[in-house]
Amino acid sequence: MSNARDGSRSANRPNRWVPWAKVVVFLLALAPLLRLVVYGLTDQLGANPVEFITRSTGTWTLVMLCITLAVTPVRRVTGMSWLLRFRRMLGLFACFYAALHFATYFWLDQWFDWASILRDVTGKRPFITVGFVAFVLMALLAITSPHAVMRRLGGRRWQRLHRAIYAIAVLSILHYWWMKAGKNDLAEPLIYAIVVTGLLGARVIWALRRPLRRQS
Amino acid sequence: MSTSKARLRGADIPASSITPREVATGRRRFLQASGIGLTGMGGAALGLLPAGEAFAAESPGTGLAKLAATRNAQYVVTDKPTDIKDVTTYNNFYEFGTDKSDPARRASTLKPRPWQVAIEGEVKQPKIYDLDALLKLAPLEERIYRMRCVEGWSMVIPWVGYSLSALIKQVQPTGNARYVEFVTLADPKQMPGLSYPVLSWPYVEGLRMDEAMHPLSLLTFGLYGEVLPNQNGAPVRMVVPWKYGFKSAKSIVKIRFVEKMPQTSWNRAASNEYGFYSNVNPEVDHPRWSQATERRIGDGGIFTPKRKTLMFNGYADQVASLYQGMDLRKFF
Repeated sequence: MSNARDGSRSANRPNRWVPWAKVVVFLLALAPLLRLVVYGLTDQLGANPVEFITRSTGTWTLVMLCITLAVTPVRRVTGMSWLLRFRRMLGLFACFYAALHFATYFWLDQWFDWASILRDVTGKRPFITVGFVAFVLMALLAITSPHAVMRRLGGRRWQRLHRAIYAIAVLSILHYWWMKAGKNDLAEPLIYAIVVTGLLGARVIWALRRPLRRQS
Repeated sequence: MSTSKARLRGADIPASSITPREVATGRRRFLQASGIGLTGMGGAALGLLPAGEAFAAESPGTGLAKLAATRNAQYVVTDKPTDIKDVTTYNNFYEFGTDKSDPARRASTLKPRPWQVAIEGEVKQPKIYDLDALLKLAPLEERIYRMRCVEGWSMVIPWVGYSLSALIKQVQPTGNARYVEFVTLADPKQMPGLSYPVLSWPYVEGLRMDEAMHPLSLLTFGLYGEVLPNQNGAPVRMVVPWKYGFKSAKSIVKIRFVEKMPQTSWNRAASNEYGFYSNVNPEVDHPRWSQATERRIGDGGIFTPKRKTLMFNGYADQVASLYQGMDLRKFF
């Protein structure tokens, strides 16, 4: 990652429309939640609404995570460095839907049965264990996302911590994969796995190329 | 919790939840008179019924052919029946896909008529029954059963059928018959889900002979006063209310009487997760989740907590004796 270099460049050429675009992206990112609320009020959540909400919030966590992870590669390929200014908000939305997903689980599904939740989280249902770890990491990144915290941590340490997003992505896919494995129905998790592999793979390739370029 | 074991006997069913006799019999007379009982245009008849005429649990129906039956009050739980829309749109029927919305969307390719069921194996009277012959074999009853899925949700469904024992008595199993095996249709032309090897097709389920002979074991042809919708296992399925839903084979084409415990589809797919018996048991968890509670479909809103699962799905008084002396953790 090389945001410091590009960050300074974009700072010299401020895109005045970016704050407005941020409002639009913010509202768009809220649409999945709005949809759930509308469906809930109009009785369109199907026979098992709690299952519907769980799956919807889980899906949107993954989508937001993929979009967040796409920012850096897309910026690199297209040179649109203003994209970086949306990354934190997108990442926070991923965490927001993950939090709704987790709340649906411990509230609507498990109804605060902490003993049962603890069993799930500690290995009775490995896919929940994995999902929970991903959520805890995500929450950690959300808490450390403000500039003030970044300054206090120091840029390098902050960046090292926020590389946990790669682990979060892998754990999230694993969580979805294992959940679906019971039904032998891996078509959907496979799509996300391919997208995430592509997004992380691009980074690996660039990381491997960099020292080569320096040598030449 | 409003359910108790005693309820099943029908002793304390509120009168309001029972279709009045004159309405029920009037309906049957009407169906007989117009000759549309099974094969006719049930949907067309719906508009002619007098207002207030109620098929089971005041369902508006789905427009399928009506299936006249007498309610058997001995087998009516007083839990509120699940909305017919939920019963017919939220199904596990992997022959049409693994998503619970798949069967309702894709099962129109199934042709439930003509249909035959072959009786094979250790019986004195092996025979191929035509669906109409099967329908006439015993008087059809309406029974309202609880249905508990292994995934942790449940419904309450008014089924139409008769005790499997009626059929078993007619075909006379030999002394060697210790188990009954049910085989589901496996026709890729009618069932798009078969192209995915989710399970080993055809779907096979089984019961021990005494379980199959138990009066609760229902050979089922309809629900909510109509023939079974395709997604619910048309035209004939089993319903074994004290076991997890997957034990009740759908769209049955073969019933075999065998000496050895059948290799059932789910048991073959994951024997550590799905045992042969699969009795509803809140004390024996699925390896991947608890079975202590269940989500009753259509019961309140999203903020309604799950309800506690009852031993043998609330049918313990009737069936616990079948398993006396068995370690239900071992024979799960």
